[in-house]
Amino acid sequence: MSILTWTYIMVGVTFGLYIFIAWISRVRDTKGFYVAGGGVPPLANGMATAADWMSAASFISMAGLISFLGYTGSIYLMGWTGGYVLLALLLAPYLRKFGKYTVPDFVGDRYYSDIARVVALICAIFVSLTYVCGQMRGVGIVFSRFLEVPVNTGVLIGMAIVFFYAGLGGMKGITWTQVAQYSVLIIAYIIPAVFISMKITGTPIPQIGFGSHIQEGQYAGQFLLDTLDKLNHDLGFTAYTQPGAKSMLDVFCITFALMVGTAGLPHVIIRFYTVPSVRAARLSAGYALLFIAILYTTAPAVAAFARYNMIDTINNKPYAEAPSWFKNWEKTGLIAWVDKNNDGIIQYRAGKPFKGKPKFSGKTGPLGQKLVKNPITENANELYVDRDIMVLANPEIANLPAWVIALVAAGGLAAALSTASGLLLVIASSIAHDLYYRMINRKATEKQRLMVGRIMIGLAVCVAGYFGINPPGFVAQVVAFAFGLAASSFFPIIVLGIFSARTNREGAICGMLAGIIFTAVYIINIKFLGGTAWFMGISAEGIGTVGMVLNFIVTILVSSMTKAPPKEIQELVQSIRTPRGAGAAVDH
Amino acid sequence: MEKNLKEYWSKNVTFMSVLLVIWAVVSYGCGIIFVDALNATRIGGFPLGFWFAQQGAIYVFVCLIFVYYFYMQKLDKEYDVHE
Repeated sequence: MSILTWTYIMVGVTFGLYIFIAWISRVRDTKGFYVAGGGVPPLANGMATAADWMSAASFISMAGLISFLGYTGSIYLMGWTGGYVLLALLLAPYLRKFGKYTVPDFVGDRYYSDIARVVALICAIFVSLTYVCGQMRGVGIVFSRFLEVPVNTGVLIGMAIVFFYAGLGGMKGITWTQVAQYSVLIIAYIIPAVFISMKITGTPIPQIGFGSHIQEGQYAGQFLLDTLDKLNHDLGFTAYTQPGAKSMLDVFCITFALMVGTAGLPHVIIRFYTVPSVRAARLSAGYALLFIAILYTTAPAVAAFARYNMIDTINNKPYAEAPSWFKNWEKTGLIAWVDKNNDGIIQYRAGKPFKGKPKFSGKTGPLGQKLVKNPITENANELYVDRDIMVLANPEIANLPAWVIALVAAGGLAAALSTASGLLLVIASSIAHDLYYRMINRKATEKQRLMVGRIMIGLAVCVAGYFGINPPGFVAQVVAFAFGLAASSFFPIIVLGIFSARTNREGAICGMLAGIIFTAVYIINIKFLGGTAWFMGISAEGIGTVGMVLNFIVTILVSSMTKAPPKEIQELVQSIRTPRGAGAAVDH
Repeated sequence: MEKNLKEYWSKNVTFMSVLLVIWAVVSYGCGIIFVDALNATRIGGFPLGFWFAQQGAIYVFVCLIFVYYFYMQKLDKEYDVHE
């Protein structure tokens, strides 16, 4: 059977599974809709959290980024896992004990202020919307390459599926589909990694394989990482295993911002409201990271294998003899080759082959290659490879069977859809619960609130679909925003809200505003106005760390200068510190 | 009762702080600040600092959360605040 047939089967079967699960877990009350009834077992919540968290970026893009960044790619590996330690130790058990539906709920109640609630609400919606756009791009890429349907049709199909199970089952539907999606995505990630590890190093465990010897070819008998260091060096890149691409301070700050941002992301935090007890919240954080770690420790291995395979199969090879995957991806515009020295041979070197992303002229060169209109650069590099394709192309590069390639497509879709649905629920609950119910209509009936929740999911799906079909050019830029804002807004005031009973309304509002404004201005200046990284050379991705520190300082200072929070708030803080009496999450 | 809860809380915070120190040492210490020094040592084909940054730190993170879970389980029972 061809790759296309296999892909239709895999995608069809998994989509059918999601719809089936959605139907059996449909809900009739807001408790089911927002927190899945509050009775999700820790193991299932761990899987759901892992699927919720691991997005198209983790599944499709991350190994590709590491492949090109080498050691410096560790910022994503540590940054996107270390946050769970903070979450498990500093946030999850206490938020669970507090027992409300959303993050703005905690902020609004703990700081007895609707202003604080609204600030938190806007941040939650902004962070989640930013993120959803990225997921839609992922769905588009997978559909256009593997199912050979137009990107727009792909996005529409994805949206319909998400609307069906999120609208019908709310958090409950999302939770159980995410459990299924985790299973699909992890199998789809591990199987090709094991195959490739066997092929290159003869070791079935990729985590060990990428530290082993290469078995065949001109580098046989050498350690894979040593070979990569040497190849990188010869082609003009920084050695694969060595720092150098970014300053140590910057690596430090980016890693920290990603960790703290992860711990502050509303769609991750909200998952801990769905478990039955504080104990279960602690345990499910452990399971979540364990399940995430399975993919995150495999990713650097995939990255190393992909880099070796890519250089080995393409570099210094005649274009006419380039493998079929190369031509396939060239068709989608994610690979481009400019024959600078007219020798018909693909030279891959450090530096960009031309300025910007490829814009094709529609003409083809003498060897059939697609020609670009971009201004050509001076360096010797002739090859443009979009980082996003490394995971998707890897099985083809390694010549794996058709069903494995199809499985990867289904896995990519699972990763994108599971994260999209979690984010959509945050957006819907922020508006339907925090805004409509808590601030506009306190008398709304259960039925009305459920209706508003479903309408909001529908609206959010449409907005996300719109951005999937017309991807704004600034998506890559705003991802730095999502983490920077989560780090500089939520994290400090939630932590202080739990660990310092003295923190008050005035402190929290000033702290959040200081953190957000500083971070936003810094990022906008760099990403949109072309400014420089004026604060100790820290990049836009890492500035959330500084914003967070600023938030902490301002919150503590202002709190100490204004009057202590009311007695009942101080009692509330005491009560969330002990697990007993957690009960189920309540809505008022 | 008041005093007991204070003691419970301070034990929790102390233990948590110890775990967070380990968290910082394996990631920011071994994986970033001392990466060059550690890279001089190798385990198999991995330079040690690189291994911490791309593998070791993550394994330690997972362990930390489970250690905290079991410790708190015990502590909750000891101070009779478990669910």
